[in-house]
Amino acid sequence: MSRVRTDYEKTLWRKIVRFVNGEKDLFDEQSGFNVETEELEDRRHRNFFEEAELNKKKVQIAELIEERSEETEQRAVKLYERFYRLFAVITCVAIIAILLVTVANLPDYGDPDNPANNEVSKKYIEDGIKDTGAVNIVAGMILDYRAFDTLGESHVLFIAAVCVMILLKIDPDSEKGKRFISLENDRAYEPKNDPILVWATGILVPIIIVFGIYVILNGHLSPGGGFSGGAIIGAGLILYLNAFGFKKTERFFTQKTFSVVSVSALLFYSISKTYAFFTGANGIHNIISKGTAGDIISAGLILPLNICVGAVVACTMYSFYGMFRKGGL
Amino acid sequence: MDLCTNFPMFSIILCLMCGVVCSVLKKNMARYVTYGLLTVLVVLSAAVLGYTVSIDGSFIYQMGHFGAPFGNELRAGVLEGVFTVFFSVIMYLSVIAGEKHIYEDVEESKINLYYTLICLMMSSLLALTYTNDVFTAYVFVEINTITAAGLVAVMGNGRAYFSSAKYMIMSLLGSGLLLIGITLLYDVTGHLLLSNIKYAVVTSTIKEYAEPFTIIIALITIGLSIKSALFPFHSWLPDAHTASTISSSAILSSLVLKAYIVLLIKIYYRAIGWETVLETGVNDIVFVFGIMAMIFGSVFAIAQKDVKRMTAYSSVAQIGYIFMGIGIGNAAGVVAAVFHIFAHGATKSMIFTSLGGIKEVSRHSTKLDAIKGAGYRNKVASVAFAVGAFSMVGIPFFPGFVSKINFADAAIDAGGPKMIVILVALAVSTVLNCIYFFRALICLYTPVSDPGGRLTEEVDNTKPTAKYIGAMAFFIVANLFLGTFSDMIIKLITRGLSMFS
Repeated sequence: MSRVRTDYEKTLWRKIVRFVNGEKDLFDEQSGFNVETEELEDRRHRNFFEEAELNKKKVQIAELIEERSEETEQRAVKLYERFYRLFAVITCVAIIAILLVTVANLPDYGDPDNPANNEVSKKYIEDGIKDTGAVNIVAGMILDYRAFDTLGESHVLFIAAVCVMILLKIDPDSEKGKRFISLENDRAYEPKNDPILVWATGILVPIIIVFGIYVILNGHLSPGGGFSGGAIIGAGLILYLNAFGFKKTERFFTQKTFSVVSVSALLFYSISKTYAFFTGANGIHNIISKGTAGDIISAGLILPLNICVGAVVACTMYSFYGMFRKGGL
Repeated sequence: MDLCTNFPMFSIILCLMCGVVCSVLKKNMARYVTYGLLTVLVVLSAAVLGYTVSIDGSFIYQMGHFGAPFGNELRAGVLEGVFTVFFSVIMYLSVIAGEKHIYEDVEESKINLYYTLICLMMSSLLALTYTNDVFTAYVFVEINTITAAGLVAVMGNGRAYFSSAKYMIMSLLGSGLLLIGITLLYDVTGHLLLSNIKYAVVTSTIKEYAEPFTIIIALITIGLSIKSALFPFHSWLPDAHTASTISSSAILSSLVLKAYIVLLIKIYYRAIGWETVLETGVNDIVFVFGIMAMIFGSVFAIAQKDVKRMTAYSSVAQIGYIFMGIGIGNAAGVVAAVFHIFAHGATKSMIFTSLGGIKEVSRHSTKLDAIKGAGYRNKVASVAFAVGAFSMVGIPFFPGFVSKINFADAAIDAGGPKMIVILVALAVSTVLNCIYFFRALICLYTPVSDPGGRLTEEVDNTKPTAKYIGAMAFFIVANLFLGTFSDMIIKLITRGLSMFS
């Protein structure tokens, strides 16, 4: 004999069936709050009054749950926060202690017998000029001995610029872009016509840019090179933009300039290095001569590569600024 | 010297160049360039694999005019060949299957930039696999990190920005630890090339720096496991996978997470030495967290109501399997872990792309109650999802089964308390996998009456494109291939791993 069960909905089997159907979560069981999914299912079949009643019921249940759980919840949150802070402090202190102990056990600073003072650095220092033709050993290292790393590194800059473009670039043809340009564009306040800024910029910017070019061109002879020179030129361009506004910079630097300069620089970099890698690995004679060490035109590919890196860095820095200012160049 | 030995260098630089060119092209041209690139990459990687199998060995490619230890080097063996073929094929399929969604989800003027990201992501995957130099590895880890965050942020809504920022912070924490590890490693060995580091370690110059060396191994392991979302560091993963477009989720889950594990295995075997790792006991810690990830990832997945989020949590569990395999500490465990990289990569990208098709016919939602009956509305996608679910649960003839049985074999080889823990965890995790994947599957094939008729309308408007059907079919075939011809692949993996040391 079986008896009729009134609590059919609460049986384990029904629970599993509903869980399998995705209507109900096993983990929400305690709250007894599943009006939402029911409502989604049956909305079409309900008439207006029933729905209103349902909403009322829903609000009541929500209030009940809130009332009951608010106090315990807040206590739990507070406890959790305290525990979280404590745990964070303990973790940080532990990591600091571990790293300090590690550093204390590392080779002594400046000891000639250190593992890092081996045949590698010896060769870089002694044969650097003969091997690469560059008086600046660092330039020889990053653009000749370990050129592949630098190739990757300049693409890191490029990809960073692309990601900033993805985040901030505004398409002037799109709906969102039009709204932005009409509302939030600060170009209306330009040019600022601030006499001190304009005068100082007029004197400084040519010097900064010429100095940047000097740093890039002498990258293989003296400290400096593409990365530092490009950063100097980029800073000069940003200063110029701040003093004279976008209207003036757009005469020589637009989105198109950015694309052309950075794309051709990176492509030249990749192609010339492919040639160098290919000849190097296969033992083919490299036709690019190293010239006389110390001349401005010497050191084979290092000078053109420095120029490329400089162009990419300057463009990237300037484009970052342009993107943050107005979502485009 | 054979021409094939140049292919690793060519394929990496080709990726970089195509990425740069894509940034100035129109969207359709950028797409063609990317497809062309990926086709070439599949061919080049297959050639490298064929060459290394035919000479039955590995080769070192010197980047530039200066040999070891002065310049950079690439190295390719059988394992690298298999990895690159796998990476390029999965990338190709994911991009093709999600093509329509890319065009819908990404802003019109930024579609070409999406393809730029794909090309540069590919270059970093290849470079991380081929490199023989820890610093080159770090440079391409940076490219990988930035492109991955870009692939999430490209959706252009608040959720995507939030998740990508969260991803970036966690990922940079990992990069930072990895960089500290690499710097200290250089300090105690004086080299950056993997083979030279290993020589320094083996010839006992390292002995006086035993404590720093343990910390170095720990830092590199923690750094890379944060980046590949091992259990306590997994919190960025579900957000990033849910917020991004279908192709991005597939790429993030199947390729990005895996590239770091490949790098970790490479550093373990080629720089530090597997025996040294075992001596320090780092593998036991990895093992514990792997087991925890297997259980907790699945438990979290059961609690989800959104299938895409559920699949993302399932990735956490599967990453746990891989780390557990590495942590067992015998050769068979690592082989099983590497096989699981392939199994999970092929399956999870298929599940994510199939969810794209299901989403289209379910009012643009992947909630469990929205996808009800989608099995009858988009048949191809649902069959692919079913195949993926079978594989993840571990049904014979699917890749998930093969990796599970390999893990069990490795556990029995290892013996001791580890064996019991692994076997219990495998059983529990299989049951948990069953619960959430079959729940989704049952929902998918529950007939639903549709009085409003909105769904029928939607189905008529969104017939799957021929490319989508083709990609899905290829995915299913690839999974069945991995599941049935697993012996061959495991042989290749074993051969490749023996070349590593």
